Amino acid sequence: MGPMNPSIPSKRDGLKTLLNQAQALSDDFTRDEVIAQIHQTGKEICHESIRYNDAEKMMRSEKLDRILTSKIWGFPIMLAMLGVVFWITIAGANIPSSMLAELFSWIEGYLTLAFKAIHAPDWLHGVLVLGLYRGLGWVVSVMLPPMAIFFPVFALLENFGYLPRVAFNMDRLFKGAGGHGKQSLTMAMGFGCNAAAIMSTRIIESPRERMMAILTNNFVPCNGRWPTLILLASLFMAAGYTGGAQTLVTASVVMGMVIIGIIVTLAVSWALSKTALKGVPTHYTLELPPYRRPKFWDTILRSTLDKSLFVLKRAIIIAAPAGVITWILANIMVGDMSVLEHVVAFLDPFAKALGLDGFILMAFILGLPANEIVLPILLMGYLSTGAMLEIENLTELKQLFLDHGWTWLTALNMMLFSLLHYPCGTTLVNIYKETKSFKWTFLSFLIPTVLAIGVTFAIAQIARAMGWV
Amino acid sequence: MKPLPSTHTHPRSLKQHKKSDDATFRIALAGNPNTGKSTLFNALTGLRQHTGNWPGKTVIHAEGTYSYNGNSYTVIDLPGTYSLFSNSADEEVARDCIIYEKPDVTVVVLDATAMERNMNLALQVLEMADRVVLCINLIDEAKKKGIHINEKRLSKQLGVPVVKTSARNREGLSHLQKVIKEMAYGKINTNPYRIRYSDELEEKISAIEETVLSTFGDRLPSRWVALRLLDGDQSLIDSLQHRIELRRKEVGAHGTDEPLYPVEA
Repeated sequence: MGPMNPSIPSKRDGLKTLLNQAQALSDDFTRDEVIAQIHQTGKEICHESIRYNDAEKMMRSEKLDRILTSKIWGFPIMLAMLGVVFWITIAGANIPSSMLAELFSWIEGYLTLAFKAIHAPDWLHGVLVLGLYRGLGWVVSVMLPPMAIFFPVFALLENFGYLPRVAFNMDRLFKGAGGHGKQSLTMAMGFGCNAAAIMSTRIIESPRERMMAILTNNFVPCNGRWPTLILLASLFMAAGYTGGAQTLVTASVVMGMVIIGIIVTLAVSWALSKTALKGVPTHYTLELPPYRRPKFWDTILRSTLDKSLFVLKRAIIIAAPAGVITWILANIMVGDMSVLEHVVAFLDPFAKALGLDGFILMAFILGLPANEIVLPILLMGYLSTGAMLEIENLTELKQLFLDHGWTWLTALNMMLFSLLHYPCGTTLVNIYKETKSFKWTFLSFLIPTVLAIGVTFAIAQIARAMGWV
Repeated sequence: MKPLPSTHTHPRSLKQHKKSDDATFRIALAGNPNTGKSTLFNALTGLRQHTGNWPGKTVIHAEGTYSYNGNSYTVIDLPGTYSLFSNSADEEVARDCIIYEKPDVTVVVLDATAMERNMNLALQVLEMADRVVLCINLIDEAKKKGIHINEKRLSKQLGVPVVKTSARNREGLSHLQKVIKEMAYGKINTNPYRIRYSDELEEKISAIEETVLSTFGDRLPSRWVALRLLDGDQSLIDSLQHRIELRRKEVGAHGTDEPLYPVEA
């Protein structure tokens, strides 16, 4: 071989020179100008060559979009819609909830009679009826009605085509926070299930922005956490009101939680984009599908069967063994206290500093596999400590909490802890599968946990210092 | 995923005698998702298709063939994308095919019921290639919705042929094939619409374009490359570097040196 061809290295140098030159000339506005110019040109060309005969019909979607995604009205409408969904859910769930509770209580009477009739030992009646059945009874009566209303209403909005508009509205905020616009879509998925939403972050191509979406997805409440938020809001936050006002206040509180979740998502995204995940957001095209009249009954049936029953089943399947274990722990005595009481007593000082109590913290820890079981475990924990409580109505439930020293602060902090705390086990497994990194999986556990502890601690300390509780 | 079919290696050599009557032409189909692009691909090629992956990517590569008036045409169904700004593997694949492989004809498929949105991609392709045909598909749906598209005017505006089709009813297919043939044989002169940016940006583009030309010759769409470099398109920069590196190895091994440009991977 003769001497190496001299023009090859010069070619590489040529590229280097070229890149340096381009870098020197380029600025952050180039991309925006290019995209804006392409859109503008496309619009002008189409305007000249395309005629819409049925302009009225064609423009209907556009007109609606102009309002629903307007800079001024987009957000108020979004919040109003969300508020209405919560309001319908809470207003509609009260009566079926108490009816279900009555039904379970009525059945329990016969179950107890049956156990007596066959001379079953007391402990068996304790495990199965007082532990398992009563716990599940509460879960079903508290969780089923809101879910059976919330999911279909949400599905109707989704099928109408409103959710992509929400993503469109949120896009601006996420870009401002240094994230990807599609993060709002994965966030919307998170309202259903965070674990599924982690998989959905695959739609974000840039690894940096995808990681951001993964790390912050947990801050929107999922299926498993809605019932906790709704129940606590209605029992404690709206206690001073009656009738319609009560429902309204409850809905506002739940909505407030969602907004806090979104603010935290944006704040954490912003902080990440300035530290561990530096970079400039990439842009993307979001296709807004035409609005469609949803198939009403089809949607309702589907979402009831698919979502409500699925979530309930999951809650029951995981909560049932948890209920039994909780009851057993509560009835095995070590010294003069049960195992459960030992655990609770151990957690209590720390939990109290957060405005919670040992039972609540234990429920969150045991609830790691699935958020659905946090409330059931808490109820079973309280029930197992001797307070014999019939499932009859929701006031009884509130009394149970009050007997354990709850105040509005306990309820508020439990809601906040639920909103902000570590992702459930399934979500963590998915995060590891998607990132293949222990470091990021651990961070996705650590960031929410630190936030949850920090926020509840601060609120508890302030509330106590100010003498509010 | 199956490995790349061996047939993926392009019959480059055919290009040299493309004017002969038994030439095979390479046609790329670009377009947004949901434009009926794949329907068009199926309608054109029927069962003569095979799929694999693009080299080094987890993006499906579909290729098929058809004959028209004694010529054989290989159709590459590019992934459906909204843009070619290298946001995703799909967009990179489509971009690389258009600028490096330089198909004999690039057909941009547009949804007749959403022309404004689809026009974004068409305008981007027009900045990257000269031999472009616009195929306005789903024209039957547009008619139903009362949308009238003046394709002659559009063609004049954009400087390339515009063909209306309804691929699922096989409407307009033979016309499309005829236009493709004429363009492949160089019988149609195009004057692709190039967007004019602000004076400030245009000045920068001209400055860079000169260096692009001196570095790559006219093997790459110089204006477009200049624009992308100004935009800091890292993915494009990486792929340019990769190709130069490949070329260097190849030349080192064989001791030959043709006019230099990023080579086909």
